[in-house]
Amino acid sequence: MNVLSTYLSRFYKFFTGEIFVLPSRTTALLLCLFLLIFPLISPNDFILRVLIIASIYAIFAASWDLLSGFTGQINFGHAIFFGVAAYTAGLLNYNLGLAPWATIPIGALAAVLVGLIIGIPCLRLRGTYLAFATLAFPLILLGIIQAIPNITYGELGIPRVDPLAGSRVATYYIVFPSMIVLGFIMWKIADSKIGLVFHAIREDEVTARASGINTTRYKLLAFCLSGLFAGIAGGLYAHFVNAGPSTLELLLSFQVIIWAVFGGIATIYGPIAGVFILYPLQKIVLTRYLGVPAELTMLIFAFIVLIVLLFMPQGLITWLRDKTEKICPRCKLQNVATRSECRVCTAELD
Amino acid sequence: MAENIIVYGLVWSGVYALLAIGFSLIFGVARIVNLAHTAFYMLAAYLIFHLNTAAGLNVYLSVFLAIIIVTITGTLSYRLIIARIRQHESTTLIVTIALAVIFQEAVLKGFGGTFVSGPKLISGETGIFGVGVLNQHLLTFGVVLLLLLATWAFLMKTRTGVAIRATAQDREVANLMGINVPGMEMITMAISAALAAIAGALVAPLGVLTPGMWMHPLIMILAVVVLGGLGSLKGSLIGAFILGFSEILVVFLAPSGAFLKTSVALTIMLIVIMIKPEGLFGIVFEEERG
Repeated sequence: MNVLSTYLSRFYKFFTGEIFVLPSRTTALLLCLFLLIFPLISPNDFILRVLIIASIYAIFAASWDLLSGFTGQINFGHAIFFGVAAYTAGLLNYNLGLAPWATIPIGALAAVLVGLIIGIPCLRLRGTYLAFATLAFPLILLGIIQAIPNITYGELGIPRVDPLAGSRVATYYIVFPSMIVLGFIMWKIADSKIGLVFHAIREDEVTARASGINTTRYKLLAFCLSGLFAGIAGGLYAHFVNAGPSTLELLLSFQVIIWAVFGGIATIYGPIAGVFILYPLQKIVLTRYLGVPAELTMLIFAFIVLIVLLFMPQGLITWLRDKTEKICPRCKLQNVATRSECRVCTAELD
Repeated sequence: MAENIIVYGLVWSGVYALLAIGFSLIFGVARIVNLAHTAFYMLAAYLIFHLNTAAGLNVYLSVFLAIIIVTITGTLSYRLIIARIRQHESTTLIVTIALAVIFQEAVLKGFGGTFVSGPKLISGETGIFGVGVLNQHLLTFGVVLLLLLATWAFLMKTRTGVAIRATAQDREVANLMGINVPGMEMITMAISAALAAIAGALVAPLGVLTPGMWMHPLIMILAVVVLGGLGSLKGSLIGAFILGFSEILVVFLAPSGAFLKTSVALTIMLIVIMIKPEGLFGIVFEEERG
């Protein structure tokens, strides 16, 4: 009883001290809880499908952020990880009949391997050269896949990949919690010493190297970590939608950057929020409720992205965060913008 | 076969060269990666087709009008949109993609998604060394050569050209020397959009037009400018010919070449920059030193 009450009070302290002090964290928690119980309120197949795909893309966008947002190594061909994992998972499942719990990790490992392969040559390249070089990888693979249809099933993709679970709701309860867990892991990585090094590499690689950081190793690590998470997303996608050429397309590589930049890069939660705002907006709100004709949704989508970025060039979530929160100059903790002194160290906030 | 490879290789390399030089110019001067560049080319091709068929204008007049309209569109989109967010590199990428998608969807909505083919500027064919070459192809290649020379002369010989090159070399010092840097960027953007529009006018009669036709040339010119070295016009030109010809060679010679053409061109680009990370004729920019 005593032990339990200690844990409860610690739990309570964590919530009041870490989560409820900031409106942003409270909102995030409430939204997560709402989305967790959402299928119980309205098990609408279509909305669940959109939310499942949004969760998959959220993992994918966050993994782009881990690589490009944090280390500044802009990856224009992020679809390579997604596509390789999707094809690996799909082919293993279709040809060998492996179950999803085996194919998704193997697919993710394949994506890590790809991260290593494209990471090593890309270490010599910087900035725009790197961006355009990475753009090439998924397109090269796409060409090869379409040229050997007897192995890869060409244009149409792998004919049949087993679903993740029997029902839509069950799939939702696999994919959505994994998104939260993986997103949390990425956020923790970004918050750790590794994340700090990634920040340093983006800000000034030469200085980072001069401070004794093996930037080569950390950049490779970023490629592999990003590949791992993007690979998990790709494997989930293969088992939920399909594994076809669309998983390697240029548009997917661009789309992930759109989501991430829209939400705000170098935050992890920004890209996740970006996907959860933009993807359902495009798929549900515009077509279902506002009755916008299908051919106009893409136009409106592009306009929304354009307008938002024109006024909030740092991204929507970053902008909101900067409006509602202040960082303590002494202890670097987040505070509500209305406070005049820091909630922990009572230093004066400007 | 061989004559086809040479003719198509020259024509497409020329088109890529025009596009890549426009892209390279605005990147060199304003450090803007304008992913909407080939959307201007698509827009011009469609405008020509519709001014000619729907509005019933003369072919030459519609070409002229289309180039003017696209140049103005390009300059305005730079002035009103891109210039405002250009400090944020990744935001610029997204905004220019969004622009390209907006143009694509606007064309799809306005002109429809059916495959159409632009009007021929001239018909007939000429015998060269006993091989019949379509006059349209000759015209394309001639215009490309002329424009490349004109761009070169403009940049090397005129006062404005010198100012543009100075801005590309070092913005701050150029500013201190009394060069109107934002003005130069506007002029460069106009030239860049005009080159893209002319490339569109040259391509319109050669193949089918689709609203998605900007995607493939965009990939190719990104590969071309990286292969040649960012900001180097000579590099863009040579890169365009290397990749243009390799693409055509693969299409004509390799089995299932239509699928593999992009793969091969991109692989060549990757191999070159693995060996020489700054491209063939790359310039190391001021802020990228160190």
